[in-house]
Amino acid sequence: MSAAVSDAWRPVRRLLAEPLGALGIALVLLVIGGAVLADWLSVYEPSRISPRDRFQGPSWTHLLGTDQLGRDLFSRVLHGGRIALSVALFSTAASLAIGVVLGLIAGYGPRWLDNLMLLLFDSIKSFPTVMLALALVTLFGPSLTAVVVVVVLVNVPGYARIIRTQTLALKESEFVTAAQSMGAGTARVLRVHIMPNVIGPLLILASMDIPVVIAIEAGMSFLGLGVRPPTPSWGAILNDGFTAIRDTPWIVIAGGLPIILTTLGFTFLGETLRDVFDPRLKGRG
Amino acid sequence: MLGYTLKRLGLAVVIVSLAMAILFVMIYLIPGDPAAVALGPRATEAMRESLRVKMGLDQPVWVQFWNFFTRAWTGDLGNEVLSDRPVAQVVMEQLPHTLALIAGGMVWSVALGIPLGCWAAVKRGSWADRVVGIVSVAVIAVPSFVVAIYALLIFAVTLRWLPAIGAGDAGDLGDRLTHLILPSLAVGLGWVGYIARMVRASMLEVLEAQHIRTARAFGLPETMITYRYALTIAILPTVTLLGVGIGQMLSSAVFAEIVFARPGVGKLVYDAILTRNYPLVTGAVLVTTVLFVLINLLADLLIGALDPRVRSRF
Amino acid sequence: MTVLAIRGLNVSFATEGGDLHALRDVAFDVPARRIVGIVGESGCGKSTLINAILGLLADNGRITGGQIVFEGQDLTRADAAQMRALRGPRISTVFQDPMGALNPVLSVGRQMRNIQYRSSLGRAARDARSAEMLQKVRIPDPEAALSRYPHEFSGGMKQRIAIAMALMMEPALLIADEPTTALDATLEVATIELLRDLQDQIGCSVLFISHHLGVIAELCDDVVVMYAGEVVERGTVRQVFRTPRHPYTARLLECDPARQSGRTRHLPVIPGDLPDLRNRPGGCIFAARCDRRGEACAAPQTEREPAPGHRARCILAEAT
Repeated sequence: MSAAVSDAWRPVRRLLAEPLGALGIALVLLVIGGAVLADWLSVYEPSRISPRDRFQGPSWTHLLGTDQLGRDLFSRVLHGGRIALSVALFSTAASLAIGVVLGLIAGYGPRWLDNLMLLLFDSIKSFPTVMLALALVTLFGPSLTAVVVVVVLVNVPGYARIIRTQTLALKESEFVTAAQSMGAGTARVLRVHIMPNVIGPLLILASMDIPVVIAIEAGMSFLGLGVRPPTPSWGAILNDGFTAIRDTPWIVIAGGLPIILTTLGFTFLGETLRDVFDPRLKGRG
Repeated sequence: MLGYTLKRLGLAVVIVSLAMAILFVMIYLIPGDPAAVALGPRATEAMRESLRVKMGLDQPVWVQFWNFFTRAWTGDLGNEVLSDRPVAQVVMEQLPHTLALIAGGMVWSVALGIPLGCWAAVKRGSWADRVVGIVSVAVIAVPSFVVAIYALLIFAVTLRWLPAIGAGDAGDLGDRLTHLILPSLAVGLGWVGYIARMVRASMLEVLEAQHIRTARAFGLPETMITYRYALTIAILPTVTLLGVGIGQMLSSAVFAEIVFARPGVGKLVYDAILTRNYPLVTGAVLVTTVLFVLINLLADLLIGALDPRVRSRF
Repeated sequence: MTVLAIRGLNVSFATEGGDLHALRDVAFDVPARRIVGIVGESGCGKSTLINAILGLLADNGRITGGQIVFEGQDLTRADAAQMRALRGPRISTVFQDPMGALNPVLSVGRQMRNIQYRSSLGRAARDARSAEMLQKVRIPDPEAALSRYPHEFSGGMKQRIAIAMALMMEPALLIADEPTTALDATLEVATIELLRDLQDQIGCSVLFISHHLGVIAELCDDVVVMYAGEVVERGTVRQVFRTPRHPYTARLLECDPARQSGRTRHLPVIPGDLPDLRNRPGGCIFAARCDRRGEACAAPQTEREPAPGHRARCILAEAT
């Protein structure tokens, strides 16, 4: 029993043994904790306007100050974390699901389909990210959906390519040939023999992409192309503060710091994860 | 070499064509009548109808697509809505500002990244190596627009060392350059990290090579071995990486232009979206995409020119 | 006159499994104008020996005892700058792999010019010297060859260029680390003849490392047989090859394919493995694999001199 428990904890202990990994975990836990306990940690409603408290500097009543509408920035930062993390989680999961399916099709399907999909991936990647985002917003209008679609479009080609390469390699391997000769159908071969082998490295890469996703959400919200007001988002806080950067710098500081800490935290964690569990991927970031 | 060039060129043409097709589909899917958007709410139905005919919107979809496609290839991206000037001309006016910004970003990233990576490789395992490693990861992680805002806050607003807004006076090169420092830092900072890591990794690989051992056995000075024998090889992979880098810097440039209120393609597209000037949006997106594909193509060809081994292979 | 004298040389590497004693009490001489061959299986310490002489041991390696006396100077006490001043002008090296030995992105002429960086000659004079050397190693059209890159030459030509580079500064000692192993048989013969020719012209000594007994017999004057980081036998080629006094040398000669007479189904091999260099046996290093071992072999062995200049580290090698 105790052996099983210590086995489950071994990866975590290996991460904590690396200073950078420990720092990453601490930062990520801080951000997740803040987002989960947002209502409990802050007494203020994040979107409640209070004209009398406009543009107040950081104090004990308002830890990070207030914005141009008198909203408490500490509360908005905590609730913004919820938006950032849920967008990151949801869109990464969606990209993974789509990427895996497309990659398996490309790797396992006929040659022409493989070539066609590779060309498509290359074309999508040939759009600079922000241009892709701007073009999509023209199509959908500013919304969280647009953010998710951008993230999916940015991430899927990379994931699908990795799955495709690994699938191609595994397709020729002995144990897959053996399974096929025993009459296993395509679906079964993919599910039982190929998926478990490709999912590990993919998850590590996806974890390293989380800071990119958070940056995309914040960036689009900063441009006013992401979440709609009054929803609290770190990017939106930066946007609010930017116009008044000369007189009330604490607003952009409040909006930028969580972005910096979160991206750093996830990156340090992802880097350490990769070094510890999959040294083959080194230098891939 | 020629065959290789042609092959890469063909791929670039296919990718640009696909990008055009995707853009066309997007324009086609944009809700609302472009003619109505262009003319505003006070236009009569007859005016809208005549503009529709003028824009070719009464034709079948595939004719519209073919027209768009052939015109786009000849550089005709239509006219923008507000001033009725050719989109290509408007975009081209703004392009030099964006290119200057990207060039500045490259200067930052190369000037800081290569020495840092080289230093870390030479001192591998030391505290200096560790610090360079952590700093590289950190600057890669932090989004460029946050760097832009914080750089503006620290160096322009608080310390007042550098100007905050605009691109500087047209005739004054010094003024232009001082206006370029902060935005290009924001654009290039992340790539300092990428390049430092790349150079470090390939330096470590090259330093293990047999010919470095030979050079040492000939008693060549360590500085000559590091910079002439190893670094010249170690920076080769960085050139292809820079091709990708310019594309990402293009994205960062959009933010830098908006934060520092600089003219440029990014600012142009952003303003066009806010004013629903769709032909300008698609035109500018297309131009930047073509630019991106071209830069990647050039980077691939350049690595062939720099590395005699690759050169001989084609 | 002795150019290089190695006395009681010991080299250790710090590894995770403990100290690896790579060379133990290595001693031999390289007299002036002679070619000394070093022969042994892979792992016998040949490369460590070269690196120790050149002062290019890996970071975890160090000389724990002995002397490397080169032209009267003990290299084990020389600092990095002194060693660098010797490498190239006085001690030069040709390595095994001709493909990797030259820098791929610098032209041959540039690399040869760089080697002369200490010379007071101008650029044109240096290039002329480079071309002269290429001429000597029979590279066709030497002037044009200077502006070409290594990948434009064949393997054999690259190795000749490497030899030209090594001999350009007219060193007192040339270390040749299996310079012909990567070449095919015809090229091997040509390269060896070239090497002997140039050695004669320049009048340098050569330390020639090889596991090819035929090449050693053909080229060398003296031979040093190494096993597991120790010199087990040394002497003139004639002494060692005609009357081997150490059982290891004898087995090595038996195993040489060139010496097989008649049709044999299997090449003879020496049974057993190299000893663990982290825990060297106290007695004879070869005892575990030796078919003539006796009780006395468990004690440390000293070199015996069965004939003048012919030494073997074996109890059976007493003078007769």
